[in-house]
Amino acid sequence: MTNGNEYEKRTTAWCPGCGNFAILDSVKESLEAMNKKPREVLLIGGIGQASKLPQYLSANSLCTLHGRALPAATGAKIGNTSLTVVAFCGDGDCYGEGGNHFIHAIRRNIDITVLVHNNQVYGLTQGQASPSSDMGFTTKVQPQGVRSTPLSGPALAVALGCGFVARGFAGNKAQLISLIQEGIRHRGFSLIEVIQPCPSMNRHNTFGWYKERIRDLQSEWKHDSSNRTAAFERALLWGETIPVGIFYRSEEGRTFESRIPILNNGPLVKRPLRRREVTEKLIEAFI
Amino acid sequence: MNELNIKIGGAAGQGLQSAGFLLGKSFVRAGHFVFAIQDAMSRIRGGHNFFQLRVSDQPIAAMTARPDIVIALDRESVEEHEPELVSGGILLFDAEASRRTGEATHRFYVPFKELAAESGGRAVHANSVALGAVFGLLDFDLNIARKLIRELFAGQDAVQTNIKALDAGYNYARDKRPNGFSRRIAVIEATRRMFLTGSEAIALGAIAANCRFMSAYPMSPSTSIITYLANQEAQADIVTEQAEDEIAAVNMAFGASLAGVRSMTATSGGGLALMVETLSLLGASEVPLVIVDCQRPGPATGLPTRTEQSDLFFVIHAGHGEFARVVLAPGNAEQAFYDMVRAFNLADRFQVPVVVLSDQYLCDSYFTVDPFDLSKVAYETSLLATDQLERAESYLRYQDTDTGVSPRAYPNQSDHIVMTDSHEHDESGFMADDAATRVKMHQKRLRKIERIRATNPGPESFSQGECKRTIVGWGSTREILFETAHRLSLEGDNTAVVHFDEIWPFPQQAAKLLLKDKTNTVVVENNATGQLAKLIAAYTGYNETKRILRYDGRPFMVDELVEQIKGNLRP
Repeated sequence: MTNGNEYEKRTTAWCPGCGNFAILDSVKESLEAMNKKPREVLLIGGIGQASKLPQYLSANSLCTLHGRALPAATGAKIGNTSLTVVAFCGDGDCYGEGGNHFIHAIRRNIDITVLVHNNQVYGLTQGQASPSSDMGFTTKVQPQGVRSTPLSGPALAVALGCGFVARGFAGNKAQLISLIQEGIRHRGFSLIEVIQPCPSMNRHNTFGWYKERIRDLQSEWKHDSSNRTAAFERALLWGETIPVGIFYRSEEGRTFESRIPILNNGPLVKRPLRRREVTEKLIEAFI
Repeated sequence: MNELNIKIGGAAGQGLQSAGFLLGKSFVRAGHFVFAIQDAMSRIRGGHNFFQLRVSDQPIAAMTARPDIVIALDRESVEEHEPELVSGGILLFDAEASRRTGEATHRFYVPFKELAAESGGRAVHANSVALGAVFGLLDFDLNIARKLIRELFAGQDAVQTNIKALDAGYNYARDKRPNGFSRRIAVIEATRRMFLTGSEAIALGAIAANCRFMSAYPMSPSTSIITYLANQEAQADIVTEQAEDEIAAVNMAFGASLAGVRSMTATSGGGLALMVETLSLLGASEVPLVIVDCQRPGPATGLPTRTEQSDLFFVIHAGHGEFARVVLAPGNAEQAFYDMVRAFNLADRFQVPVVVLSDQYLCDSYFTVDPFDLSKVAYETSLLATDQLERAESYLRYQDTDTGVSPRAYPNQSDHIVMTDSHEHDESGFMADDAATRVKMHQKRLRKIERIRATNPGPESFSQGECKRTIVGWGSTREILFETAHRLSLEGDNTAVVHFDEIWPFPQQAAKLLLKDKTNTVVVENNATGQLAKLIAAYTGYNETKRILRYDGRPFMVDELVEQIKGNLRP
């Protein structure tokens, strides 16, 4: 039984120094600051270190399969629109195994918030390249270095017309908390990529490496987050500078739920069990 | 029994299905029983397709091979189907489409296109002319068809054009009818029976069962299910979504079910292959779900528009790890409807995936059935009542119980949080790795298998008098088996039938009892390896079965099967 709006944290299985601890704290503080009751919140993970997060907070949780958090989240939100649905995926989970779902969840614009914990490496399987690994990054499976260009989740999301695209950094909790709250408040699909150093498996993109490169969109570029072209340009930046903040925000797109007329009559799960009359009518049409 | 077999052949795009449907439904409204199959090549336009109807004054739901009437809308249909006619049968054709002449007595030339043009229609109205000609030839009351056209095309310009074309064909056939053809179809009585496909029965069953969400990715022959439901969204208060792939389809339905909504997906074998990972997730997470597999011939792309019963082994074994599941295999439209209700109830009661096995033959065929009896529809669930949940001190999603079934709650049903997990987990749903928890929780889930088996009514069996032979089958061949046995019995060759619908968990005790005294057992399956025969052998030790297997992508025909069983025709 959950009381009030406080979320308990549970013992985690993460390595010391993992960026996930700051993300977990930021999620907890965001939900509490927004007065979201644990019963109203459904936290969904795929598989990976990031995707364990739902289990570590005392809210409704679902740990599903690798790559499949977004379709499950979509179904859950359609089933019960009263839920605040937040999904947690890694770069491998969301951009690799679940890449097709990522594209189409954005197209649907269902009202869920997705945090992609981007550490540019596979942690759970012990250090292989991910879709966002830098070109040339060497691992046991890529001894000669990664041969493909890295995928930018935020750039892809802006290109697809996602209404809320942001990037945070596990090393900046204050900003991350603000981004998570903005993302949850946004009506429609929200993507928050979080730079999350992995001290165990990624010795190249370290906390210090990120810290040197991270620049705030506002202070560095006076970025206008309503300008989609500028957002796309800056979402493509990676290397010497890594922008954080809100790339793009637009409230113009209607949510998927609002395009389904019958969902205006309240959550599907609350429907009374009255099927007899309607089935009789439908049967009549076959006579 | 007075019956007539009509085959309409033509190219895709010539309106075969609408003509066949109108013909069938008109006869049903006049008190006849109609069973119809659809045979199509995997093409949007052209190719050769046919729609075949069997009309009878007695209940029937299976096909016979040879037509009494062939309506050839193109030249290929003449060449293909004229030789199939029974003696005394008749070919309706348009000379423009054929080099044949109308001189032979079994050929009846009807200028379909010319009459369509005279009635103000276009080439596509040739099918209405042909339809009218059949009604004229059979002296059938045309008002039934006229009324049907008005209902179907209500408010569209097509009404008058189609009726004119229909009348033109009817009058032509009445005037020029060949003397040699004496078959007629009379109005028996006005009846209230449904004329619908297996897919429509499946979709209706889902609605009756309170399914509120369906996601799917288009794949023949399953697409007709979501097509029907998508068109009933408002009326039936159901949400449908075409997913980006089958993986998303099954995971969306999983998410909605987790949220407390009865949900389903449908696909064919290739799509189910993509869903297999989630089948295992359903086993671990104990989220109920109904998955319809409309089988078609494999492997791989196989014959996309044709039929086969080859996914039985696949669906009973699919998925990594060990977990409980149910497989139902309805034998006709009526069973498809009630099986969907049963599928949702079993899924909900035992928190397991339920696979309903249909196939192209069941999905696309039209059946004549009495209106479904909704007093037989009940709801069974393991979901806790909200007030009961609110009063509870604590809640464990995966509570260990004697039955293996834990009381289910959904997120935001009460202040209790609900944890759902794909890892091994403890009773609360928190992931666990220790040996004792693993063994306890695995046993809890597997305990459900015997509980489910105990609810299985077992195979259906039918026999009259002393039978020297038993024919055995599963799923969509039910009506073919029953009529075949009936025909053999009428010839003094008494034959019993055993049919499996609820096939998994396999009802081994019931099967053993039924088969133990049987001699001369023939298993009839639409596959090449005899999957049911092997299951029977594995679970009952009874392996003295003969097999009649068909795997050319076509359904069994009753008259052919009778001859095959008697040994007069090679399968």
